[in-house]
Amino acid sequence: MTPSTIIAIVVALVVLWLIFAFNGLVRKKNRVQEAWSDIEVQLKRRYDLIPNLVETVKGYATHERTVLEDVTNARVAAMGAVDPKAKLQANDQLSNTLKSLFAVAENYPNLKANENFAKLQDELTDTEDKIQAARRFYNANVRDFNTSIQVFPTNLIAGTFHFTKQELFDVDNPAEREPVKVQF
Amino acid sequence: MKTLYTEASSNVRKTWALMTGVFVLIIALGWIFSQVYDSPGILVFAVALSIVLNVTSYWYSDKIVLATTGAKQIQKSDNPELWRIVENLSIASGLPMPKLFIVPTGAPNAFATGRDKEHASVAVTAGLLQIMDKDELEGVLAHELSHVGNKDMLVSTVVVVLVGTISLLADFFLRMSFWGGGRRNDREGNGNLMFFLGIVGAILAPIAATLIQLAISRKRESLADASGALLTRYPEGLASALEKIEQNPSPTAGASSATAHLYFTNPFKADAGNEKKTPFFVKLFMTHPPIEERIKKLRAMSL
Repeated sequence: MTPSTIIAIVVALVVLWLIFAFNGLVRKKNRVQEAWSDIEVQLKRRYDLIPNLVETVKGYATHERTVLEDVTNARVAAMGAVDPKAKLQANDQLSNTLKSLFAVAENYPNLKANENFAKLQDELTDTEDKIQAARRFYNANVRDFNTSIQVFPTNLIAGTFHFTKQELFDVDNPAEREPVKVQF
Repeated sequence: MKTLYTEASSNVRKTWALMTGVFVLIIALGWIFSQVYDSPGILVFAVALSIVLNVTSYWYSDKIVLATTGAKQIQKSDNPELWRIVENLSIASGLPMPKLFIVPTGAPNAFATGRDKEHASVAVTAGLLQIMDKDELEGVLAHELSHVGNKDMLVSTVVVVLVGTISLLADFFLRMSFWGGGRRNDREGNGNLMFFLGIVGAILAPIAATLIQLAISRKRESLADASGALLTRYPEGLASALEKIEQNPSPTAGASSATAHLYFTNPFKADAGNEKKTPFFVKLFMTHPPIEERIKKLRAMSL
């Protein structure tokens, strides 16, 4: 083998590696985006359920105007939020207002007996769980992507082509928090 | 620090090491046989036969297994709580919602099957639903979904194909020796040595291959435990489910040794026994790691 063949082989290997590593990063980044849209699907489902809930509660708990307004406002704020972080924060806020709404509902036996209300409460609790699940999946993908752009030698490509670290969205409940510390 | 992540990746590494071991065995065996007989055709034929047989059973794995266990498919309205647990775990692991089945038997157990994540089926027994609370059920189902996510059906099919190839090769060799195929080299001392090696290999290789197959099965179980715990972020759920199952005396009806590796715990209870520590030799022949070992590992996980 002549030195020029060896050089040609080495160059070819480096180019191949570049292609694979770059495509791998693109794939992982798209996975993060897809995971984010999974969260949005669940958020949307919750936005759609809330007006029904507010209407149902209105009929029974006429004195709880402020609690209902809080929920409505939080929903509007969440739907209006643009960047992901603000959106999730607004949604955490929405979760809290819903929690207080359900707590208040405990005082109205007729409301609790209402079939429609029971169904909505059930659906909303389920949606809340699904939002948490989707966030976990999102975080898992972000962790994967972030690790890839930080380890050597892929970090060289990531730097050149401006792949930047994606943000982890910690789950509010400390018991469910992602162990982000274990990145290496 | 031992985290869930290191646990998962060390399991993956060990699985690959074991599979490489099987490959090396095949190559070694193939080399010895071709030395003795000068005919690489044996190897090709054995591999082809083994692949056709096993890929067929892999492709229809869900139908075969579900039919033999008598599992009934359910819809959301049949058991909304179970449905939701699976649905949420699927979202958290990024898998499509699998088909859900209930096996009408009292013994608590569960299994996952299907050729890929789009054709996955998860089945739980009626007994499992009866005795487990929500956290425990979640732990068990996360374990099963991890099998789907880790492509364990594919892994075990590949392993079965490899092990099958070894057994077929060994069988061919032994038959041909009886019919006098090795005579050609009798004059040379070297030929005799190779022939002797061939016989020894033909007897030992299938045993070694089966042991490796079982070791891989145990590895995949530990891996599913680890990734399941990663999914629920609550290893205690699965640990306490395992504890409950260990205390339950009934073996799973409808299980056969052919489907044993699919289950969530060994359906035959052969491993339960009275001893706290399972002897090494017994462990070699188990499809699942001993329950007490799995519980210990789960409880030691730091999140």
